[in-house]
Amino acid sequence: MQDFAYHNPGSVADAVAALKGADDGKFLAGGQSFIPVLRLGLAEPSDVINLKGLSDLQGIRDGGDHIAIGALVTHAEVETSDLVKGALPGLATMAGHIGDPQVRNRGTLGGSVAHADPAADYPAALIALKATVVTDRREIASSDFFRGLFETTLEEDEIITQVKFPKAEKAGYGKFASTASKYALVGVFVAKHGSEVRVAVTGASARYFRVAAMEQALAAHWSADALDGIVVPPDDLQSDMEADAAYRAHLVGVMAKRAVSAAG
Amino acid sequence: MSNTGIGKRVKRKEDRRFLTGKGRYTDDINLPRQAFAHFVRSPHACAKINGIDASEALSQDGVLGVYTGADWVADQLGGLPCGWLVKSKNGADQVEPPHLPLAPEVARHVGDPVAVVIARTKELAKEAASMVEVDYDDMPASGTLAKAITPDAPQVWPDASGNVSFDWEVGDEAAQQAAFAEADRIVEIEVTNNRVIPNAMEPRAAVASYDPNADSYTLYTTSQNPHLIRLLLSAFVMQIPEHKLQVIAPDVGGGFGSKIYPYSEEVVCTWTSKKVGVPVKWTADRSEAFMSDAHGRGHITKAQMAVKNDGTMLAFRVETYADLGAYLSTFATATPTYLYAPLLCGIYKMKAVYANVKGIFTHTVPVDAYRGAGRPEATYLVERMVDKVAGELGIDRIELRRKNMIQKDEFPYQTPLIFQFDTGDFEACLDTALEAIDFAGFEARRAEAASRGMLRGIGVSTYVEACGLAPSAAAGALGARAGLYESAIIRVHPTGSVTVFTGTHSHGQGHETAFAQIVAEKLGMEVDNITVEHGDTEKISFGMGSYGSRSLAVGGSAISKATDKVIEKGRKIAAHLLEASADDIDFEGGEYKVKGTDKVLPFGAVAFTAYVPHNYPHEELEPGLEESAFYDPANFTFPGGCHITEVEIDPETGVVKVVDVAAADDIGTVINPMIVDGQVHGGLVQGIGQALYEEAVYDDDGQLKSGTYMNYTMPRAADFPMFKVGFHVTACTHNPLGSKGVGEVGSIGVPPSVINAVLDALKPTGVTDISMPATAQKVWRAIQEAKAAQAAE
Repeated sequence: MQDFAYHNPGSVADAVAALKGADDGKFLAGGQSFIPVLRLGLAEPSDVINLKGLSDLQGIRDGGDHIAIGALVTHAEVETSDLVKGALPGLATMAGHIGDPQVRNRGTLGGSVAHADPAADYPAALIALKATVVTDRREIASSDFFRGLFETTLEEDEIITQVKFPKAEKAGYGKFASTASKYALVGVFVAKHGSEVRVAVTGASARYFRVAAMEQALAAHWSADALDGIVVPPDDLQSDMEADAAYRAHLVGVMAKRAVSAAG
Repeated sequence: MSNTGIGKRVKRKEDRRFLTGKGRYTDDINLPRQAFAHFVRSPHACAKINGIDASEALSQDGVLGVYTGADWVADQLGGLPCGWLVKSKNGADQVEPPHLPLAPEVARHVGDPVAVVIARTKELAKEAASMVEVDYDDMPASGTLAKAITPDAPQVWPDASGNVSFDWEVGDEAAQQAAFAEADRIVEIEVTNNRVIPNAMEPRAAVASYDPNADSYTLYTTSQNPHLIRLLLSAFVMQIPEHKLQVIAPDVGGGFGSKIYPYSEEVVCTWTSKKVGVPVKWTADRSEAFMSDAHGRGHITKAQMAVKNDGTMLAFRVETYADLGAYLSTFATATPTYLYAPLLCGIYKMKAVYANVKGIFTHTVPVDAYRGAGRPEATYLVERMVDKVAGELGIDRIELRRKNMIQKDEFPYQTPLIFQFDTGDFEACLDTALEAIDFAGFEARRAEAASRGMLRGIGVSTYVEACGLAPSAAAGALGARAGLYESAIIRVHPTGSVTVFTGTHSHGQGHETAFAQIVAEKLGMEVDNITVEHGDTEKISFGMGSYGSRSLAVGGSAISKATDKVIEKGRKIAAHLLEASADDIDFEGGEYKVKGTDKVLPFGAVAFTAYVPHNYPHEELEPGLEESAFYDPANFTFPGGCHITEVEIDPETGVVKVVDVAAADDIGTVINPMIVDGQVHGGLVQGIGQALYEEAVYDDDGQLKSGTYMNYTMPRAADFPMFKVGFHVTACTHNPLGSKGVGEVGSIGVPPSVINAVLDALKPTGVTDISMPATAQKVWRAIQEAKAAQAAE
């Protein structure tokens, strides 16, 4: 690990200024992806700006038609929040399936979303729930936010402050985790917003994707059985030792059904 | 009477420091002015080293030196030796290539160290190592065992034609063939035993220093056997005489075999500490551990069993290829031969067993003993085969085992392959385990699971293993290049407290407690009065360390013998003080007593007299109360038992969930049931880990694909149900404690029960074979293939 300058700003403006003033600065939230990358020497930033002191980024609030979750809220807080469990139980369940208890106690919503790991759980939830990513300067629809492998539309010095999750009528998550890493080999988040249904898949591909055939079938009839016979082609899916593309394609179908069953 | 003696659930004395973060591990050792080593490792599985340019690294301020294999060769030092000579069936010695700590000409596996940088800081050493330019010619490699045994596979060593180190056999082949001729049926099986990575929680580390005034070295290292490290470094590697080399293995965080062997890194730290004039420290990171710790298992086997239609097992024929890696590690050639093949009889009465094992070099890190070492491979093969026989003959698998197993009144039992089992009661263990898991109620549970769409299965494994390594003469006859006895010193202090010195080494086993319990029992005191010392060659005369479940059976027996000597000397002192004949003095409950009288002397009073000998039999005895013993066992010990695993498989995903495990083991006398429960739990987790999750995967070209915890699955607590652990004890007949050993039983007994359970669960799908690890993808695919095959019929 290379030496770096460490900043502990007290406001979003100070954090942004610190990053702007750095040669190659990097924001630190929960550090569950960033610290391992730093330790392995895969990232060698000149400056690390810890966001932990930004109290504006904390807290879970009821926004009426949505739940607003601060970027520094940990997965464990989402998992156990009565507000989330009441309004979006599927989201609480999803947070409870991230990594292991140590990861959930440190890892944050904003950090996970900004990192945009293709095997992370949150991207599927944000897409299916039609969430909005709020930053220090704008609001970004989740469908515009995730670009690809570890890529988002965030500016270099832009900080996520919160994510707004609309209160979907129904929401559920089906996850097939890697036995080794606990990342999603396949994670399917389903959500019903009135007559519209979204089915978003994480882990299976380099970027989240939606399954139109499943969305149509579920919009017509909300039940796991409605997904019978809908096959996701394996062509663009990931292959690794633990799960090849054909197996992943099969798991998308199984996990989608389980997500619908879980959503009730 | 002792309240903390043999058989008591005494809390571990060492746990306070371990659980509060106060353990003192090698990485906790920091010496004044120490520098740090970082190794330059080959990224290639096989590459010729044309040259090494270290000029840029050497120009960095704070870099103290860069050394290569050429420097080692120039110093005319030796290589890391193999501790066991195996001979091929044609009489030839094993092919035993040199293993220098830094590869001088050819790197032979990914991670093979080719140079070392010594620098003032750890960060600088690492950075400078990245500046060392090695000119490699990348060459074709045999990255897997399957590839290495193909006809035109790249050769790891020029002397090892076909990559064969040895082509060894055991057993009477003519008798085996005769038995096959009278069989009703020959049942065949092919199995692989997956290669795994030990993954001790504490990575390997070393801190070495050289004292120019005394011309001597001190090496702190993560070792299971510091005396063996000193012996090998003295006699073979560096020719440092033993009185000039102190080896200390302080607290060690797990080993599972991987910390038996001398490794390049600790040798290089010792070597360079003299060159740079300051202590040299190295601690592996986890990525280095994956590519440089000796791996375990790695077999490909074909076997046939000859049976009668009534289920009688007649004979067994086994042909195994065993992965050795690129160099012969210390026990590399013993593990797949003498620690494997003699157990191929299992617990069964077969007329003849013949085994042929070919030890194969591959372009991978060395493979050596890993918890169980050869015996899990044998047990896996035998117990898979027994289930296959049961299936082909249509005989109940439990009844087939009962019919063929050695009965309790048949001990001592001479097997057709070397070993003579002294005691055991295999059927009692089987019955204990069957009852614990409610085997009789299984079909109801299977039906209930089926109603939920789940496939439930149950699998049985009945096993015997050989441990307590080892009777030296017998081991020597089989090729061991060292004795395998153990030593102990009992030092009684003037006020009666005791320090025990043992040549075994605790790296998590709880010796500080269990060994104290032995002495407490014998001397009639409490364990608080007793301290156990281990791990320092300057404190303890000699020892062979801890592996092969030997510490209690061999080391504990030495402690028992030495304690008996203390009691005997004390008896003479007591006789003098009590004015009686020594023959008339009993020692019981911590007191010497004149038979038939109320004249008693507590042990402490006798100890005090030994050191303050005002009234003392000086003509007959020397003062002091300290005794030593070397114990060489008369035979191996043979723990055995039965492990049963129950699983549920989700047919939609292939996920195998372990829902119940019962283990009934005969490990001889139990010193501390709590520690033993923990040992069994840990072994079961490792065994189930091998069966379901763990696999060291190299590609054909020798790149390690499972090189991090992102893709190598370590089992987690949440993966398991509560284990049902039980015992049925028959005491070992040839050691003073009656103990057999417990360290390895879990990882030996349980893997075949897991796979047998998986295959039992999959029976309705038509799947008849699955290899370890039975991952979800593998199980799902097997189901799909069986479906397709059935559809095609």
